[in-house]
Amino acid sequence: MTGAGPRVGLFVTCLVDLYRPTVGFAAVKLLEDAGCTVEVPAAQTCCGQPAFNSGDTVDAKAVARGVIDAFDSYEYVVAPSGSCAGMIHEHYPELFADEPETAMRAQQLAKRTHELMSFLVDVMKVERVAAVFPGTVTYHDSCSGLREMQVKAQPRRLLGSVEGLTLTELPSAEICCGFGGTFCVKYPEISDKMVTEKAQDVVATGAGTLLAGDLGCLLNMAGKLSRLRAQTKVRHVAEVLAGLADGPAIGEPAKD
Amino acid sequence: MQSTSRSFKANAHRALNDAVLQRALGNIKTGFQEKRRKVVEALPEFDALRDCGRDIKNHTLAHLDFYLERFEEKVIANGGTVHWCRTPAEARETILAICRRREARTVTKGKSMVAEEIGLNEFLEANAIEPVETDLGEYIIQIRHEPPSHIIAPAIHLTREQIAEDFRRHHTELDPARRLEEPRDFTDEARAQLRDRYFEADVGITGANFLIAETGSTVIVTNEGNGDMTQLLGKCHVVVASLEKVVPTLDDAATILRLLARSATGQEMSVYTTFSTGPRRPDDLDGPEEFHVVLLDNGRSAMLGTQFQDMLRCIRCAACMNHCPVYAAVGGHAYGWVYPGPMGAVLTPSLIGVEEAGHLPNASTFCGRCESVCPMRIPLPKMMRHYRTREFERGLAPPMAKGGLAVWAFLATRPTLYRFVTGMAARVLGALGRRTGRFKSLPLAGGWTGVRDMPAPEGRSFHALWAERRGGR
Repeated sequence: MTGAGPRVGLFVTCLVDLYRPTVGFAAVKLLEDAGCTVEVPAAQTCCGQPAFNSGDTVDAKAVARGVIDAFDSYEYVVAPSGSCAGMIHEHYPELFADEPETAMRAQQLAKRTHELMSFLVDVMKVERVAAVFPGTVTYHDSCSGLREMQVKAQPRRLLGSVEGLTLTELPSAEICCGFGGTFCVKYPEISDKMVTEKAQDVVATGAGTLLAGDLGCLLNMAGKLSRLRAQTKVRHVAEVLAGLADGPAIGEPAKD
Repeated sequence: MQSTSRSFKANAHRALNDAVLQRALGNIKTGFQEKRRKVVEALPEFDALRDCGRDIKNHTLAHLDFYLERFEEKVIANGGTVHWCRTPAEARETILAICRRREARTVTKGKSMVAEEIGLNEFLEANAIEPVETDLGEYIIQIRHEPPSHIIAPAIHLTREQIAEDFRRHHTELDPARRLEEPRDFTDEARAQLRDRYFEADVGITGANFLIAETGSTVIVTNEGNGDMTQLLGKCHVVVASLEKVVPTLDDAATILRLLARSATGQEMSVYTTFSTGPRRPDDLDGPEEFHVVLLDNGRSAMLGTQFQDMLRCIRCAACMNHCPVYAAVGGHAYGWVYPGPMGAVLTPSLIGVEEAGHLPNASTFCGRCESVCPMRIPLPKMMRHYRTREFERGLAPPMAKGGLAVWAFLATRPTLYRFVTGMAARVLGALGRRTGRFKSLPLAGGWTGVRDMPAPEGRSFHALWAERRGGR
């Protein structure tokens, strides 16, 4: 269904594209249910954050230029990730500070770019979703979403409307899981310490499912939970809100 | 101080495998974080105060020469002396010359990170002058011959049991069976040990939290009162401070003081806030005969006008490290120099070079918690990223990382090719991981799979599925 609402360009994110298309389809469903017309520009790849955070400004700019071009015509750009949305919203203008013409386009794009949960609640004024999820979940606030895009209450508000769902808060919800992009492979021992503590905190909540809004963090936490043989399932919050949480959770075998 | 920042990874490895250290570090969450949260929640204007603090420091840094010269004029008018020192060596020699002139044999010291930065204790010892640390934490690490691991809690890497053991070993004249369990026991014992040392000392050296341009005063905050004893009972008071500590007025210092203790220890104010304005005047009941300010640059003036200038707003509250998950994992010694945690990850490469300290700005997840608690609103992650950029531009980044980025960037700027490659990768990895849902090891991904599983992709890329679905409509 497409509505008469705004025309939204979905920034799929490279991790969702490669690892978990379900999150992309969940985002499309949530946006369409909210009345948006959703398009997915084919020219998108990645937001450029791996290069930007590695100090490789030249490549970061080259990739970012592609994003600016691909999403030029949309009223809104929405990403199912606080990290990628934060990159466009917070860092593109900074990245092109020395190129006035591109900087202006980057600033305009930045203003139109939103993280999915925040877009649904703050812009589209969605108050509830029509989903059912029997069980207890806990929620991790991914750092970029929380601190760059002010995503905190929005996913909780929408989860509150899911039939059958109980949210048990994670005490360390605002502490980094240790992913940090390339950090997790550059400093694996420190990352391991952080994600081990996170996994232990998650298990201690007793929740059957861990949710978050960023696939990088989710892959990290799911990978640690399964390495620790924990039974907790891990999903992107959009899957639950869109009613697309029937398939295997992250890191679960396919159901044949 | 000699840096071991190059060995950050090895240092971190050791720290992560040190069970006693890990137990000690566990206290940070319940201590500092919880206390700060409560006291900040109780002050509705805290964020507005942060803006004021930032603006005061920005203004001062924009006119640093003016305020430093005003400060010196006032210090001289009060009967004191300012010594301008470009390098740690100049600062050490200046302090040694003062001590020699006073024929000093012992000096008492209040806590000073700048004194650590210039390696003052080792230097004084090598010149037959005994430095006596009077802050409890500094006293503990001095008897252990260790550097501080934290800028306001230098012995935070230690457990009470370790400290009790050190005290029993060091204070052999006391009853070996005495109680050493509570913080109070340690404080009382250290105070008794230090009491006479204050009177014996020829020179008292303190740091400074602020230098006030309008009055020529220096300010320290402590919770033990040791700073007051150090500067009042010695016959000569030497303040060692870096030049960005200056603020224009007493009011400005009062504004930033409201931020400092709340951000640092979660107190509204530190127990002692002490203003020193020149030596003893004829009518004063006490005070030192001489008052010196050793003003250290050591690379700070070179940060002015650069993308690292904001770092000079830092008031050394330690909120960034108290909230840093990397600091909490490895502790302060792993950072390998004087200043650990996020502020150290920016300041250390600024002061000793990115070649030496390149690991520190890299060892961050950019979670941003440091910036979110910084009372001076210093954009710490952004400045760490600036160092990564410098490193990359100078070709100092590891070859594997550079190669990986080059391949990735080649693909990411060619969407059609990118979609083909990711579509293939999703299919191959999805098929290989279909049965188990995850990989326990993957070639070229040891950094990931060494410590956690790699979840398998669902099997098709989003773009491939989207093209099919939309094509079918």
